[in-house]
Amino acid sequence: MSLDATNEIETRTRRNTSDLQQSRKGLVKPVPFRGGGFVHTRHRLIAPLLFVVLVILWEVGSQTGFISNIALPAPSEAAGAMSDLFETGMIWKHLSASLYRLVIGWSLGSLIGVFVGLAIALFSLVRAGVSPFISALFPIPKIALLPLFIIWFGIGEGSKVATILFGVFFPTVIATYGGVDNVDRNLIRMGQSFGLSWMSIVRKIIIPGALPAILSGFRISASIAIILLVAAEMIGAEYGIGAYILMAGALFATDQLIAGVAMLSVLGLTVGWLISRAERLLLSWRA
Amino acid sequence: MELILDHVSHSYGDVEVLSDISLSVGSGEIVCIVGPSGCGKSTLLRILGGLEKPDHGAALIAGEPPSDSLNPLTYVFQDFALLPWRTVEGNISLVLEDHSVRKDKARAIITDVLARTKLSEFANAWPRQLSGGMKQRVAIARALSVNPAVMLMDEPLSALDSQTRELLMDDLIELWGQVGFSACYITHNLAEAVRLGHRIVMLSRRPGKIREIVDIDIPLSERINHPAETSAIQRRLWEAMRDEARAADRELSDVA
Repeated sequence: MSLDATNEIETRTRRNTSDLQQSRKGLVKPVPFRGGGFVHTRHRLIAPLLFVVLVILWEVGSQTGFISNIALPAPSEAAGAMSDLFETGMIWKHLSASLYRLVIGWSLGSLIGVFVGLAIALFSLVRAGVSPFISALFPIPKIALLPLFIIWFGIGEGSKVATILFGVFFPTVIATYGGVDNVDRNLIRMGQSFGLSWMSIVRKIIIPGALPAILSGFRISASIAIILLVAAEMIGAEYGIGAYILMAGALFATDQLIAGVAMLSVLGLTVGWLISRAERLLLSWRA
Repeated sequence: MELILDHVSHSYGDVEVLSDISLSVGSGEIVCIVGPSGCGKSTLLRILGGLEKPDHGAALIAGEPPSDSLNPLTYVFQDFALLPWRTVEGNISLVLEDHSVRKDKARAIITDVLARTKLSEFANAWPRQLSGGMKQRVAIARALSVNPAVMLMDEPLSALDSQTRELLMDDLIELWGQVGFSACYITHNLAEAVRLGHRIVMLSRRPGKIREIVDIDIPLSERINHPAETSAIQRRLWEAMRDEARAADRELSDVA
């Protein structure tokens, strides 16, 4: 068919449709559009903007006396307490003490947790023996065991690290063995059919396959670690964000209390960001 | 090397899936196994490759596999079984690493099999970026890389659309012309069987028994030019299978 002929047909078709709309006015109408919506679009600025607006409203409320200063200090006062912390350099003392406990407790808990989780997932004897204990011990609030930890590990760093360690351990175990259980059996069978060794199958198929679940377990365990950190520091700690908040609470220095809570939020955000980075790095294959 | 199934019977609990099956796959030969769904085709393939032990009888190897064969019995799976966290290249090197083929030698093998399967420019692609047909090509490249004596292909084209299936069939025929691999090829698609099989073994409904064995003499590369003969064979096979397929379709099943 020549190009002209094609063009002609095209124009004719187009004319026909518009003719249709004109000639049958009232009878012909477009099909109503019912799609769209339910799709997430990214709005990067909304969250910071909302935060700023809320803080401004809060400040205005405090200045005008709408919010009683006893009930809630103005954000500017909390900022003042924060800058005091920076000026005296106390922030580094509190932060380093807290980070030390957090990093050691979380790393050890995660490491042991991943190992135990793998052992439960890979060996049915271990699963039969250990997993009921995990189920039994997981729901115990670790804070309730803090007095025991103090007796076992001393009033110093030991008991605080142990509280975090135990708090992190259980969710990590459960995330790990759940992740391994969900690894595609066909991939494992494939590995076996190509004569891969047991160790290779675990290292190259099972662990990477369970990694998404393990990392999302880390996200939860990191938050649990921060909660337990503060709880542990409220007992017998000289420095640390928890100790700072406790002291502020005891003195009814609500501005300092808010400053401490803000530090925790920043800590939580940082940890979440770090885990997102790790996910992007380790799970780049997911796109 | 010849792969032999010697009077194999197998049951899952009370359900007998295979009953007294004997067959052999010779060197350079593609044996297609067809049968209605649930006739134990996949079980048979798992037994052939040593992933499952039969209740009675045995899978045997006659003669030595070629000395350069890293994994004499190699599967190609219906769902491709590619690791999503490894690139095309990584998926192939996975199966070489464990046979201590590394560095330059591995690279040479990978380049060779990728070229054979027309994947050279996709070496660094992730599986998620590939179409179904390309994924199965990767899986076939992976299987070729270990230089198998017999390829055990479990419905390799069944997850693909019909156009891709045609393309891949042509590729397999071309590949067979180059490499002359032997294969046990499981399918429920009779058209595939008459295109690719030197011999077609038809199984009956559960418990799977051998109902018929058809040898096709037309060379693989010329079958496309003999539509009358191949479609006659295909029709005859279908006539023989239809009633069983219908009965199998209406059966309740507890066996996966």
